[in-house]
Order: sequence, then C-alpha cells, then structure tokens
Amino acid sequence: MNNKKTKKIIQHTIMIIFTLIMIYPLVWMFSSSLKESSSVFVDAHSLIPDGFHFENYIQGWKGFGGISFSTFFFNSAIISIIATIGSIASSAVIAYGFARIKFAGKTIWFVCMMLTMMLPFEMVMIPQYIMFNKFGWIDTYLPLILPTFFGIPFFIFLIMQFIRTIPMELDEAAKIDGCNNFSIFFRIIVPLIVPAMMTSAIFSFYWRWDDFMGPLIYLSTPEKYPVSLALKLFSDPNSVTNWGAMFAMSSLSIVPIFIIFFFFQRYIVDGISTSGLKS
Amino acid sequence: MIPKKSEHSPAPLEEVSTNPDLKKKVNSVKPRRKVKSDNHNVTGYLFISPFLIGFFSLTIFPILYSFYLSFTDYDLLGTPNWIGFDNYVRMFTADPTFWKSMKVTFFYAGVAVPIRLVFALLVALALNKVVEMVGLYRTLLYLPSIVGGSIAISIMWRQLFGNDGAVNSILASIGLPTHSWLGDPDTAIWTLIILYGWQFGSSMLIFLAGLRNIPNTYYEASSVDGAGPIKQFFIITLPLLTPVILFNTIMQVIQGFMAFTPSFVVTNGGPVNSTLLYVLYMYRRAFEYFDMGYASAMAWVMLVIIAIFTAIIFKSSPHWVHYESENK
Repeated sequence: MNNKKTKKIIQHTIMIIFTLIMIYPLVWMFSSSLKESSSVFVDAHSLIPDGFHFENYIQGWKGFGGISFSTFFFNSAIISIIATIGSIASSAVIAYGFARIKFAGKTIWFVCMMLTMMLPFEMVMIPQYIMFNKFGWIDTYLPLILPTFFGIPFFIFLIMQFIRTIPMELDEAAKIDGCNNFSIFFRIIVPLIVPAMMTSAIFSFYWRWDDFMGPLIYLSTPEKYPVSLALKLFSDPNSVTNWGAMFAMSSLSIVPIFIIFFFFQRYIVDGISTSGLKS
Repeated sequence: MIPKKSEHSPAPLEEVSTNPDLKKKVNSVKPRRKVKSDNHNVTGYLFISPFLIGFFSLTIFPILYSFYLSFTDYDLLGTPNWIGFDNYVRMFTADPTFWKSMKVTFFYAGVAVPIRLVFALLVALALNKVVEMVGLYRTLLYLPSIVGGSIAISIMWRQLFGNDGAVNSILASIGLPTHSWLGDPDTAIWTLIILYGWQFGSSMLIFLAGLRNIPNTYYEASSVDGAGPIKQFFIITLPLLTPVILFNTIMQVIQGFMAFTPSFVVTNGGPVNSTLLYVLYMYRRAFEYFDMGYASAMAWVMLVIIAIFTAIIFKSSPHWVHYESENK
C-alpha cells in the first residue's frame, strides 16, 4: 500500500518537473511581455514581472510605419477564415467522392492525392510563384487563399476516414427514398461528418494563421501583412528597442491559437490520434 | 452523351477511364448496369473535380515547369534561356554554400527527428502509466506543438538563447559559465534542434493513441510467463507500435528536411552559414538573387532526396514494421 503511494508521488513529481520545464519558455514569454522594457533582460530567467506593465501592449499595438496591429490581426483573420472555409468545403466534397462513389480510375487518383499529401509545399513554391506572378496576383491574397479551394489532401483523407465509419445502409435508404448523390451528400453525410470537418477547420485555421512563407514571398505592401509577417518585421533584431512591446505582440499573436485549443481540444486530440493510426 | 461531360477534365483522365470501362462492357451482361456505371463515373468525377483541377494546375504543372526551369537561367525578368545541365553542374562542383546547406540540413534532420521521436515515445510511455491527471499533463505537454509553428515562438527562442536571455541567466544564477549560444557556429544549430525537439506533442499524441490500442491481455499473458516491464516493452510494446512509428518517421523526416522558419527567424542562417538550412538557401537563391533556374534545380535535388528517403523507409518497413494478422 505505502510502497504504491510513494511510487505514485515520485511518478507525479517527475511528471510535474518535466512539464514545468517544457512550458517554461511559453510562460517566460508571457511574463516578459509584462516586464518593464528596460528590465526584461535583468534577471532574464525570472518569471515574476516587476509589476504589470500593460503599457507594453498599448505601445506594441501601435505597430510600425503608422500601421497598427488592428490591421495585421484583421488581415490574418480574413485570410485564415476564407481559406479555412474554402479548404473544408472542397475537402468534404472530394472526400465524399472518394469514399462513397465507385468510378473508373478512382484508385489512381487516390494514390495521386496521397502523394500530394507527402509533397512539401516548398517543392512547388517557385513555379507557383512564377505562375501567380504572370497572373498579376503578387501582393494580393489570391495566391494564399485560392489554392485552398481545391481541397487539402490531409483533410480529404481525414474526412474520408470518417465517412467510412458511417453505415452504408443510411445512403441506401436515402437512395430508395429517391435521393441522388448530391442530396445524400448534403442531407445525410454533411450533418454526420461535422466532427471531422471541425478537426480539419481547426488545423486549417492554425496553419493559415501561422503561415509565414506564403505571405513572405507574395505580399509586399505592409498594409496587407498578416500578423506573422508583421511580427517578423516588428521584431527585427537590428531595430527593436522596446523589448516589452515585442514580447507583448508575440504573446498576443498566439492568443487566438490558445483560445481555439482550449475550446476545441477534443477535436484536435481525436484528429491527430486517428490520423496517425489508420493510415 | 453522358460520358462526354467528363471530357472537360484533363487529358490523361481519358486513358484511365476508358480502360476499365471496356472491361465492364465485356463483363456486364445487362446493358442497364453499364448506363448506371457511366452515371457513377460522371458523379464521381464531379465530386473530385476540385481536387483534379488543383492537382493538375497547382501540383503537376508546377512540378514539370520547375523541372524545365532547372535547365534554364530564368531570372523572373528576362526569358528563360536553355543552359542544359549548367545549374546542376554549378551546384555540385562550384557552390560550396550548397554543400554547406546540405550538410547542415542532414545534420539537423538526422539529429532533431530522432530526438523528437524518442522524446515523444518516452513521454507517451510515461503518460500511459500515469492514471490521474493524464489529461492535464497531455494538454500542457502538447502546448509547445500547438504554438510551435508561429513566428512568435521563433522570436521568443531567439531571446531565450540570446546573450542576455533566460538560458544564460539561469546558468549564471547557478554559477555555471554563460555562452553565446547563437553566436557560436558550433552551438547555433543546437538551439534549432532543441526548438524542433521541444515540439514533440503531435507525435506524442499519436504514440499515446497507439499505446492505448494495445490490448491489456498481451501484457497480462506475458507477465504470467514471467516477463518484466523492460522485456515487455521490447517484445510487445515496440513491435506493436512499429506501424505508428513508420508513419511518424516519414512525416517527420520530410518536415525536418523542409524546415525554414526557425533558421530564417532565429539565426537567419548564421553565424557563418552554420544554420543555413536547405530551404533557406533555396529561398535566398530564388527571392533574393532571383536565380529561379538554380533554385528550381535545388528543389528538384531535394525532391529526389526525399523520394529516396521515403522509398528506403518504406522498402525497409517489412523488416521492422509489425502488422497484426489482418485488418479487421
């Protein structure tokens, strides 16, 4: 009995210490955002700020070059939301096609999709840039948003796996009642795959929100920058003097990610766990 | 009339779709079935048409175009001139920076990926043993991965390991010598490796789900046979986890080779190119020197390397990946 208890205490002590070390950098970032700018690097490791200097946030929010972070956050939100809607809608349609309809050449296209999933974006980045440059789309959001409307392989795969768990009898019953594939998809499948679509939507939002390389190569007007790119300029080591403000804006930029994570944790954990197992 | 509809899809599709159709014509006795299957073809292609359009215009065409560009001197302004294998020859024989970036990337991926996977597995094993508060630990340990992709984290990392940063401050407070982590070519790459290893959360979740899938009866049976926990790990846990490990390894290796943001933001490739990851060098070639031909050649070299690695991992998998008898 006692032995078991000691073992448990040791176990938890190790886990707690380990966990604290792992989240230390995050806590450090938040606490530095509240420190007075000049004292951020005095006793740098300390997690307890010398008072709560919220003026860092006010200072930082003013941004640079007369453009405030309101603009950058708004831009990020626009790009992330439209791209997410696009990728989920198209991925769900494509997933239904692959999961439920028998058609010639399906296997080949499915293999193509899986290969696309493994192909890193960086490999097509240059030719895509040249293409979009020829279309005159540089410094617009089109190169960042439009490609998502053709489905994201990872989401297609995730939603497909989910559709496969829905009993075929439902489709067949609907067919007998006179539904065609389109009404089966909209009336029966879509309401049932909401969890998989949620998981995909969360990932899509994260990726778009964090996306750095896309905005970096496509956008040149600071008014159009999303938070990620703005933050990079804002924190340029050669020009930063207001460290507190830099930490404040860095912390703010990940707040949307945290909020979504804490509200929809279940979807994320389920999504990751199944994606790795079923392949 | 009906099959015509699918003709607006790209050309190679025709070859694919006619062949099985022919077989069906031969096989099927009732003409009604043929009509039905044609209908299915049209609906099927209609549903996957967004993918097909994207696949041809945003994947296949760019890849082929990039292959063509890799044999030219295209600089975005002029017209591409065919220069044969010049880019590749220059890359392999006359560009020490290319070799440097290759070396850095192999070292980075070769060290950081195993560190992340081993870390993820160890933590997953520990979490699998703990009964209370698993949810809390899991959430907190997953946090670094959830925010890891953001620029904010790379910026924070730069300060964390900066000369006046928290790491040096901790070392100083316990009486250890401080170090210029980002300024020393030998240690700078390690700050990036630690950053990569720190984000072990996704792999951890996948491993954890894999561990939960192993039936408890296996462990019970083996402990009746007198197997201790370490032996159990090697004869039960590890073999049954291999499919999950396979998937993780492939995805992580690709991700490791493609890392860009950390080296761009934390160290910007320096000092003396000691953290110049491949994609960063490619980015510079393309968007700072506008050397599109050369950068395309670099992309192709990396594509071949990744393909070879993936093929090796897949080909070797029958020797180390254990699949349970058959799918349920």
